[in-house]
Amino acid sequence: FFQYCLSGHPTLPCNVLKFKSTTIMLDCGLDMTSTLNFLPLPLVQSPRLSKLPGWVLKDGSTFLDKELKECSGHVFVDSVPEFCLPETELLDLSTVDVILISNYHCMMALPYITEYTGFTGTVYATEPTVQIGRLLMEELVNSIERVPKAQSASMWKNKEVQRLLPAPLKDAVEVSMWRKCYTMPEVNAALSKIQLVGYSQKIELFGAVQVTPLSSGYALGSSNWIIQSHYEKVSYVSGSSLLTTHPQPMDQASLKNSDVLVLTGLTQIPTANPDGMVGEFCSNLAMTVRNGGNVLVPCYPSGVIYDLLECLYQYIDSAGLSNIPFYFISPVANSSLEFSQIFAEWLCHNKQTKVYLPEPPFPHAELIQTNKLKHYPSIHGDFSNDFKQPCVVFTGHPSLRFGDVVHFMELWGKSSLNTVIFTEPDFSYLDALAPYQPLAMKCVYCPIDTRLNFIQVSKLLKEVQPLHVVCPEQYTQPPPTQSHRTDLMIDCQPPAMSYRRAEVLTLPYKRRYEKIEIMPDLADSLVPLEIKPGISLATVSAVLHTKDNKHVLQLPPKPPQPPASKKRKRVSDDVPECRSLKPLLSGSIPMDQFVQTLEKHGFSDVKVEDTAKGHIVLLQEAETLIQLEEDSTHIICDNDEPLRVKLRDLVLKFLQKF
Amino acid sequence: GAGQDVGRSCILVSIAGKNVMLDCGMHMGYNDDRRFPDFSYITQNGRLTDFLDCVIISHFHLDHCGALPYFSEMVGYDGPIYMTHPTKAICPILLEDYRKITVDKKGETNFFTSQMIKDCMKKVVAVHLHQTVQVDEELEIKAYYAGHVLGAAMFQIKVGCESVVYTGDYNMTPDRHLGAAWIDKCRPDLLISESTYATTIRDSKRCRERDFLKKVHETVERGGKVLIPVFALGRAQELCILLETFWERMNLKAPIYFSTGLTEKANHYYKLFITWTNQKIRKTFVQRNMFEFKHIKAFDRAFADNPGPMVVFATPGMLHAGQSLQIFRKWAGNEKNMVIMPGYCVQGTVGHKILSGQRKLEMEGRQILEVKMQVEYMSFSAHADAKGIMQLIRQAEPRNVLLVHGEAKKMEFLKQKIEQEFHVSCFMPANGETTTILTNPCIPVDISLGLLKRETAIGPLPDAKKPKLMHGTLLMKDNSFRLVSPEQALKELGLAEHQLRFTCRVHIQDPRKEHETGLRVYNHLKGILKDYSVQHLPDGSITVESILIQATAHSEDQGTKVLLVSWTYQDEELGSYLTSLLKKGLPQSTP
Repeated sequence: FFQYCLSGHPTLPCNVLKFKSTTIMLDCGLDMTSTLNFLPLPLVQSPRLSKLPGWVLKDGSTFLDKELKECSGHVFVDSVPEFCLPETELLDLSTVDVILISNYHCMMALPYITEYTGFTGTVYATEPTVQIGRLLMEELVNSIERVPKAQSASMWKNKEVQRLLPAPLKDAVEVSMWRKCYTMPEVNAALSKIQLVGYSQKIELFGAVQVTPLSSGYALGSSNWIIQSHYEKVSYVSGSSLLTTHPQPMDQASLKNSDVLVLTGLTQIPTANPDGMVGEFCSNLAMTVRNGGNVLVPCYPSGVIYDLLECLYQYIDSAGLSNIPFYFISPVANSSLEFSQIFAEWLCHNKQTKVYLPEPPFPHAELIQTNKLKHYPSIHGDFSNDFKQPCVVFTGHPSLRFGDVVHFMELWGKSSLNTVIFTEPDFSYLDALAPYQPLAMKCVYCPIDTRLNFIQVSKLLKEVQPLHVVCPEQYTQPPPTQSHRTDLMIDCQPPAMSYRRAEVLTLPYKRRYEKIEIMPDLADSLVPLEIKPGISLATVSAVLHTKDNKHVLQLPPKPPQPPASKKRKRVSDDVPECRSLKPLLSGSIPMDQFVQTLEKHGFSDVKVEDTAKGHIVLLQEAETLIQLEEDSTHIICDNDEPLRVKLRDLVLKFLQKF
Repeated sequence: GAGQDVGRSCILVSIAGKNVMLDCGMHMGYNDDRRFPDFSYITQNGRLTDFLDCVIISHFHLDHCGALPYFSEMVGYDGPIYMTHPTKAICPILLEDYRKITVDKKGETNFFTSQMIKDCMKKVVAVHLHQTVQVDEELEIKAYYAGHVLGAAMFQIKVGCESVVYTGDYNMTPDRHLGAAWIDKCRPDLLISESTYATTIRDSKRCRERDFLKKVHETVERGGKVLIPVFALGRAQELCILLETFWERMNLKAPIYFSTGLTEKANHYYKLFITWTNQKIRKTFVQRNMFEFKHIKAFDRAFADNPGPMVVFATPGMLHAGQSLQIFRKWAGNEKNMVIMPGYCVQGTVGHKILSGQRKLEMEGRQILEVKMQVEYMSFSAHADAKGIMQLIRQAEPRNVLLVHGEAKKMEFLKQKIEQEFHVSCFMPANGETTTILTNPCIPVDISLGLLKRETAIGPLPDAKKPKLMHGTLLMKDNSFRLVSPEQALKELGLAEHQLRFTCRVHIQDPRKEHETGLRVYNHLKGILKDYSVQHLPDGSITVESILIQATAHSEDQGTKVLLVSWTYQDEELGSYLTSLLKKGLPQSTP
């Protein structure tokens, strides 16, 4: 039982579990923080960006000035943004049997895995995960493809060159493995390999392993996974939440009795309280708009945005914002808003109840109906006609490197009336803003991360009591910037086993048993014997059949009747077949009863002698000697087979067979 | 209920000590006690909650859930009731509608109240498709997609290795708004299937649709009115989609109405539960929601007297009460008009009467209504036909089949067909009858990995006809069964092994020295026992596997040697064989 760790990012995990005879990939997250090293992709020609000076080495050499640009003391790669893929060399990914997806954020590397590694297995995910995951991928592909970039920089990746670059480029890991974004045909091919599953659905893999998704409470359709055989249970907890937002609550009870619990996807902002952040978000938004400024909210097209819109729905009238337009701009904005309304079964109880009425579960339906919220596929087209300021714009991508958000940063960055509010926790907001500096616009950081914090984790672990915990190494020590906060790490007994990128862990458990089925006719033939009060036993001699990793015991076939008359057989024909084991014996033989039995069976000259350890029974006429001891019997006789067999059977009567 | 009959579906299944009630329907053909199932079959004097482990409702049609509030609130049941999310959403609305018609319009008392419907629904647990619901430690249930109506499900009920599948009503061909029923090869001990269309093999759906549209079109063209009695949810939406697209294509102007306030609500349910509809609708819903109709408007009672052509969908579907019956009475006298019955009608309803050709109907107050309007029947109700039922049996591979929800004569025919084609027993009990089905459950036990590995390590046997036997000891202790190696069993029980050993004296004639005799024995055995490990030890003794042979001189006769052959009981066969082999003597010429 091994775990191969292919991603170093604790919230965008990619692990491979070898469990019994199956190879299971748990999530395939795509680390997009690599894009922060690139210049933004502007939708319309940006004079500012195109005038940035080329970067010059200390010694004055300028051979990199086409690839690298400098902006406010930071150096950026002027090229199509690239992503850091999960490790592909640690094991042969074509041997992966199945991929289990826990939520839509953790499947963004899927096309790289399914289309480039020879993968032939099946991917399992819930319907909302697939639908929303598709939207996220579509948006990503769209926002990169619509800004074709002539240049593809690669010189800087040369190890010798990279050494000379300033941080963070100097320290970027595995830059040679960074890849450009996939295409829509690749996305479609990858998604076609997904099989839809529902919560608590038991899925058999090759008869050996059963996997089950459980509600994790973090996002629409988000799941934790149970991977188990009859005797071992691994729980994979990834991106879970105990807060009451829109998704169905987390199923904790089913995680109990785990041998190993793999814990990933905890909150990235352990010190921030999501509720407080939402409050701050609203008040900053209101303040800016009241002063005549615009608000930009860089966001993903699904997830927290539903909760933000719901808060605003309750907030705008009381805050006097009813006349302020809210724009949601994304190629998938419409789909995302529509899809959110049809997943009643994956929502929290309150929202389900609304659907029963029947009413749309999310109030953004009403915001759209009353024209307070408008959505557009991009800034081009209808939006440019409808656009009124001051306004609030929700748009992607949160990295500020591509998507419509780049345009608004360029447009509004120069005025201090405007505010950009960061709510997505995946990117450091200072790094995200670096290529836009100097900036007059106000920046507010309200990260909303509803995933488990360390207090909730320790409560959860107390509740479900796994034998072992496995987690990314980042969770076993306090955050580097707050090294005194020993409360910001996992604390459990025995201490959690930690992993890092490109490491292989041996998981600690040992199997002792396996399930086997006894066929009814065999069961009928068994003769149970009560050996101690409450404990019975029966010896079983049966034929073992194993198919598809399932074991069945069947009644042995009846021996074929020997043909009545046959020619004399050769001596060697009689050689018994392989050793057929006789049962073990146990018990002891009571002297007096044994002698009586012998006499009853016609032995008249029985003589008994006592020895140190037991007795010797002599049958004088037959020249036979039987040594009886507590735990052994030894029959010594002439070569008189009928006699020996008779004595054997008499002895066996007193013993129990095992 | 539903035994050789359509109506008040209600089946009690006892499986491995668990009792599960499947559906709790009402009968549209009766207005007396017979409209509800007779729950005294379950238990005469005990509480239902003590007797039933759970109740499962397959879908929201009243002949499957109409008696539920009566059962849970008036007879009394507090255990869990399982149904899918759409069923849970829609079922209370239909129940309330049913209650209103019965109590408010017909003035019946002693019927369940609105509050009872609410209290009843509080006992409902909603399930996802394919989710394994653990009712208790042993009993689990799982829902499969059934088509038929929004949220309809088939249920697998499983205890240990015994299982039953109940289909509810299902449809094996996708239609304009729902997908086809699907189940995996779950090999249940018993499949309980509906058999509404047991003898029908229906022509293609396209033909029926074209026929339907043609008839509606012709009637409207000649200025007639078309009445389509439907149930608010289900076929209605399919036919609306059909007419909506037809009206759009042909640019028709005649108004289409849909009666009762339920409609808009009903369409809303379809929009919100769009994941339960067919693939095409699901794929395109962002661009165009098929349940937002442009041509179909809400009906007002006054419209019925408007001149000119129109098409009206009105509830209920069997013309047994309510608005559809009112409109029918108004329009029945005009031969230009048409009534299209798109589904099955239960005996005793007006729908059933006109379909069987009756043209003079006795209404309340001895009034005689003469039916001059055209009466058409179009089977749009989404039940599996004979072909579909056979297909489902092929998919699930049950060991026994039991037919419900159909007419006895038709069932008989299908029963024979099933028995012939699949060679499984098929039952069709009447209401009140009990069918006992013997199962042959295998027994799962825990085998120690050591024992299993020991057996599998030997690998596949060269000769499949001579399977190798495996020996183990089955330990049974408080319901736990463990198969372990005999050694382990002894150890766990704290018992010592009793060794049984045999030593046989075999006399052979051989004047040579003892060690030479030994060598001859060794060579002889080595030659015969090719598959065994035969060894000649330094002290002159010989071993065959763990059997020890020593040659000693006879105390009196120098020409005779005594071979002492010693083995334990575990080597009984080989030991016995060796003594008889040696007794025959050694071959004369030895190399």
